[in-house]
Amino acid sequence: MAQEGLNPTADELTADGWQGIVADWSTDKQAFYVPWGKAMMWIFLLSDTFIFTSFLTGYMNVRMSTAVEWPNPSEVFALSFFGQPIPLILIAIMTFVLITSSGTMALAVNYGYRRDRYRAAALMFVTAAFGAIFVGMQAFEWTKLIEEGVRPWANPMGASQFGATFFMITGFHGLHVSAGVVYLAVVALKVLRGDYERSGNYEIVEITGLYWHFVDLVWVFIFAFFYLW
Amino acid sequence: MAYVAIADRDHHLHDPDTFITKYIWSQDHKVIAIQYGVVAIGVGLVALALSLLMRLQIGFPDVFPFMTPYNYYQFVTTHGMIMVIYLLTALFLGGFGNYLIPLMCGARDMVFPYMNMLSFWVYLLSVIVLIASFFVPGGATGAGWTLYPPQAVLEGTPGSDWGIVLMLVSLAIFIVAFTMGGLNYVTTVLQARCRGMTLMRMPLSVWGIFVATILGLLAFPALFVAAIMMVLDRLIGTSFFMPALLSLGETTATTGGSPILFQHLFWFFGHPEVYIVALPAFGIVSDLLSTHARKNIFGYRMMIWAIVAIGALSFVVWAHHMYVSGMNPYFGFFFATTTLIIAVPTAIKVYNWVLTLWRGDIHFTLPMLWATGFIFTFIHGGLTGLFLGNVTVDLPLSDTYFVIGHFHMVMGVSPVMVLFGAIYHWFPKITGRMANDVLGKIHFWMTFLGTYAIYLPMHYLGILGMPRRYYDYGQTDFIPESALGVNQGITIAAIVVATAQLIFLVNVAYSLWKGKRADPNPWRATTLEWQTPDTPPKHGNWGPKLPEVHRWAYDYSVPGDEEDFIPQNHPIKPGEESLRNAGVSRE
Repeated sequence: MAQEGLNPTADELTADGWQGIVADWSTDKQAFYVPWGKAMMWIFLLSDTFIFTSFLTGYMNVRMSTAVEWPNPSEVFALSFFGQPIPLILIAIMTFVLITSSGTMALAVNYGYRRDRYRAAALMFVTAAFGAIFVGMQAFEWTKLIEEGVRPWANPMGASQFGATFFMITGFHGLHVSAGVVYLAVVALKVLRGDYERSGNYEIVEITGLYWHFVDLVWVFIFAFFYLW
Repeated sequence: MAYVAIADRDHHLHDPDTFITKYIWSQDHKVIAIQYGVVAIGVGLVALALSLLMRLQIGFPDVFPFMTPYNYYQFVTTHGMIMVIYLLTALFLGGFGNYLIPLMCGARDMVFPYMNMLSFWVYLLSVIVLIASFFVPGGATGAGWTLYPPQAVLEGTPGSDWGIVLMLVSLAIFIVAFTMGGLNYVTTVLQARCRGMTLMRMPLSVWGIFVATILGLLAFPALFVAAIMMVLDRLIGTSFFMPALLSLGETTATTGGSPILFQHLFWFFGHPEVYIVALPAFGIVSDLLSTHARKNIFGYRMMIWAIVAIGALSFVVWAHHMYVSGMNPYFGFFFATTTLIIAVPTAIKVYNWVLTLWRGDIHFTLPMLWATGFIFTFIHGGLTGLFLGNVTVDLPLSDTYFVIGHFHMVMGVSPVMVLFGAIYHWFPKITGRMANDVLGKIHFWMTFLGTYAIYLPMHYLGILGMPRRYYDYGQTDFIPESALGVNQGITIAAIVVATAQLIFLVNVAYSLWKGKRADPNPWRATTLEWQTPDTPPKHGNWGPKLPEVHRWAYDYSVPGDEEDFIPQNHPIKPGEESLRNAGVSRE
């Protein structure tokens, strides 16, 4: 039972406007009713958002500062099928794969909370597999560009910053995806093994999911800024 | 089932049993704090020695053969970087943040002790990489602490082979370490406070550290990205920051990069960094003033909002470091305006400190001396900030000794004043012994008067137009003979002040060995860390039962009470007036 003076009064908690928000947020012990790990993950993702924002801002800046023409992404990222170039086809498939993996991740979280650990683990493995496929296709795309002569320091199609920002940003995102695949696999193994059965607490699946959704979301921005612009 | 806050659930607490888990691979926030503190102060002493070497050259040019231009620029660079990041950031957040947050919030430890431990060891690694840069071919980088490209990576700059790479790598490692620690601090403050400790009852020290950590988590990413891009520029020849250049008579292979981009990224980190250092100092000094003046802090809630407002504003002022870099004039107008707006919350804080002292029962104890010293140095440093924040005044003063004087007063000396005050204040709690008073007072007066002897003349030199970062001034018309005399005086003062810091080291060593045994609460303070069952606090901090908080942190000299302080964990007495329930209640 709350002692008098410990907590804000009912009046204050229901107060309108800023007074109410401040009272609500600053109450006893916890500012958010979430587990520690989840709070930490949210804060980490906020910080990580600033990293990707800085990368993308830097990319936009050098794209404007460079004096040489920027290659046309529709042509650079096209694949030819039967002699017919289809723009952005590989990226479209990659994006589709990654967004699908977000769906399987959401299902895994759902089954985790239902304490259906086999399904949860299976779906996490599927998510990790989609992630691995994504990284594989990215490796294919890198290989193709490298074969065409694109390097971080030079680029036969135009501005050298194209290669530099492309390899740096997709590489950094690819590292995030790879780390996520490992993270997912580890957590999925622990789920499968029944590590969380005793406490019945499957929050870790959701925390892993937060990271995974974030990596997907970042990809959407990279896709928009890099491939569509 | 009723919701039980996580802090109240049963936790397995990483109990240390061997020497190694207790003192080396320790997960206890207090041990980690001391580890951070020792390493930060140690590396800070290196930076202090470097500054003396620089001063020797400026004061007595051509006297010391070991001071070559090459060394001089290396020392400038490493001195600045160590002081700002590896000393001040690490000591305030890694040191005091680690020590104070769990104790002041009434937690048993940080929420992720293992990550906290990693944070320290990764920090140590970053320091080792930084120091290692002195011992590689070409030595440490001499690019200036801002590391501006293209010159930072071009041949001809000291350390352009290895030094710059090690510096950038060390920064990236530091940021990883900081992120691991910072996530801990923020999550602990938000989620693991003891019963009754609402955010609006937390001591201002915790508020300052908390907001500064958030700034760090949002600002360091920009530096991280800048460091990665510059390493790529240096190692594999990308052109992020490198335009087409003529270097040492040859055209470089680079083309089309933007040096200004680096400056934007650097200062998007760099300006919040000022407040990453300043906000913990603001918070801690508020607690010192209140405790040693036996008076509640004036305008507690305004102090919090001022901290939050300064933190938010610090993200929209960065380009005032770049007035001379070549920006659109309208940008200068925008950034000058936001910069000057910061003066408002900052002035609120200064007035509130002074009003806290007003009619207080001031005890000039050691911590109080440093805290009042801080008010002086901070006002002086802050006022010169108004000059530099205005574009038109900044243009002639930019890159002169005026700037050196300004930022050393406001973000060099002022936070250091608070650091010493804080060390003397919490020394009894951390070690169980009192620090020696006489040595401490000699240390204070030499440091306090010495800083004025060093930095006040620098403002004059700056107005003369004496440029900073020059190795030698030679014969010029606009710098009179007398300026050399001033420079000699500054150098001598710097040597005296540096010597005074040895007194501090002696004091720490002597007091650890022979200091008077401390009471659990020698300053008769209200905050939770002084109410622990053991001094120094044992692992787990609170014995079997967590404390429970019933009031704000500033119940000093409450009328009608027999003592002049009421600790936070003492229940409200019948008939006590509700205004001291504070928390979120209206004052």
